[in-house]
Amino acid sequence: MRADLDIIQDWIPAGSRVLDLGCGNGELLAWLRDNKQVFGYGLEIDPDNIAECVDKGVNVIEQDLDKGLGNFADGSFDVVVMTQALQAVHFPDRILKEMLRVGKTCVITFPNFGHWRCRWYLATKGRMPVSDFLPYTWYNTPNIHFCTFEDFERLCLEQQATILERLAVDRDHRHGWASKILPNLLGEIGIYRVSGHSAMNRTS
Amino acid sequence: MSTAFPQDSVGLVTPQVLHFAEPLSLASGRTLANYDLIYETYGELNAARSNAVLICHALSGHHHAAGYHSAEDRKPGWWDSCIGPGKAIDTNRFFVVSLNNLGGCNGSTGPSSINPETGKPFGADFPVMTVECWVHSQARLADALGIEQWAAVVGGSLGGMQAMQWTISYPERVRHCVAIASAPKLSAQNIAFNEVARQAILTDPEFHGGHFQEQGVIPKRGLMLARMVGHITYLSDDAMGEKFGRGLKSEKLNYDFHSVEFQVESYLRYQGEEFSGRFDANTYLLMTKALDYFDPAAANDGDLAKTLAKAQADFCVISFTTDWRFSPQRSREIVDALTSARKNLCYLEIDAPQGHDAFLMPIPRYLQAFSSYMNRITL
Repeated sequence: MRADLDIIQDWIPAGSRVLDLGCGNGELLAWLRDNKQVFGYGLEIDPDNIAECVDKGVNVIEQDLDKGLGNFADGSFDVVVMTQALQAVHFPDRILKEMLRVGKTCVITFPNFGHWRCRWYLATKGRMPVSDFLPYTWYNTPNIHFCTFEDFERLCLEQQATILERLAVDRDHRHGWASKILPNLLGEIGIYRVSGHSAMNRTS
Repeated sequence: MSTAFPQDSVGLVTPQVLHFAEPLSLASGRTLANYDLIYETYGELNAARSNAVLICHALSGHHHAAGYHSAEDRKPGWWDSCIGPGKAIDTNRFFVVSLNNLGGCNGSTGPSSINPETGKPFGADFPVMTVECWVHSQARLADALGIEQWAAVVGGSLGGMQAMQWTISYPERVRHCVAIASAPKLSAQNIAFNEVARQAILTDPEFHGGHFQEQGVIPKRGLMLARMVGHITYLSDDAMGEKFGRGLKSEKLNYDFHSVEFQVESYLRYQGEEFSGRFDANTYLLMTKALDYFDPAAANDGDLAKTLAKAQADFCVISFTTDWRFSPQRSREIVDALTSARKNLCYLEIDAPQGHDAFLMPIPRYLQAFSSYMNRITL
């Protein structure tokens, strides 16, 4: 399984109800179904990914995240997952708000634009960072809303969301001492577990 | 002789007729004392009887869904693109049953059949059918064929409504429901189009209150107009633009009202003409009513999720982007109800220019997804 998914699955309780936003080829949902008795739905717009989900027997719904989650009721899922899609949606703030509304907890992963390599690239070359990990140029990138860990945590604060867990990892999803000391500088990918204000009220 | 047919065709098929002597109670409160159902089957029923798939037809459909009735047939059955060896509904795996619904005009008992009580054609006296009535009659057919549970019930448009109704009326008898280009109920606009079609038929002087057969005539004009209106709703603006544009049939404009000038006029007239020669006007009225009345959620104060909660099937819902008769939004209503009811499902919105008719077309992404879904059904 994809390394980030392997970390995430640990945060998803057995037997829970999961909504996976941008579920890709359905790898996570299939694994959770087979190993943790998780019942889930994946939302996806890429036809090839959807086809793979159908092949795997994963519950997939063709739905554009930019149109919101209005069709899902408040607190209707135990966990709402969104991996590597926050930076690709048109309204990251709205989707986060929607996730917090629909899920009792949310798991979000995204690349950190505050990583030292990005900063170094921009500082020395004066151009938008391009790397093996994020190989796109500014005009053709699907990643239209980059943020840093710092930015994301501020957005969570604004939306009165509680950060339950945070893991900063490198591109190989290792979480060594470096990314623990200075995550916003040394972490390449952020994996967050957050919970919404209303969800906290409900459970308390 | 079968070598004359394409490799992926079910080949030569022969319709069969079953007579049912047990009276069928209908939603209208009336009863059909006895009736015939005409059907075709493709593939072999396995020993466990676990591989049966029911095909439900749409408004003008019938039992002849795949294959050929004779070597001379120019066209195969209406859903041959999806039924056959190696196709989405793979006849190497599945035993496929396709029937003509009650009230139809292709061999099952309907308005043009002889009413045993009077010795004359039923005509307007044939009872109005609902989707639910059809499903009950289809269950009788399943019983007769020794099929306790369908591996899948599949249909497009009005056929998709029957597939959904199956999961509500007989939850334990359906493992998978495939509803394509369908809707959980008609909108006011849908009903409005049906009403125009009905008025075209009802006001045709040759209709004779539905007893035109006894007069030896058919309300050809009305039926033709009904089909023309219907046909417009089956195609998208783009599809019509692509096919006809403002192309002219005549050399130049004639500045009169009787000439067929635009290509699209000629096409619609041809469609209407052809249809009016093969379809029964009373059946058309009946089919549109069945569509209008379909609203399974009404029994639960409009709560579709609650209605579908009792379903035991997994669902595959497919819509097409340019379908404005039953738009993707209508399929999403079904999907939302299914997610609320926590059903297994997959939903695809296929980008296709053909409009409502897309469900009959060999669109690669559609066929691939349909095949994938059907292939993972365990037998």
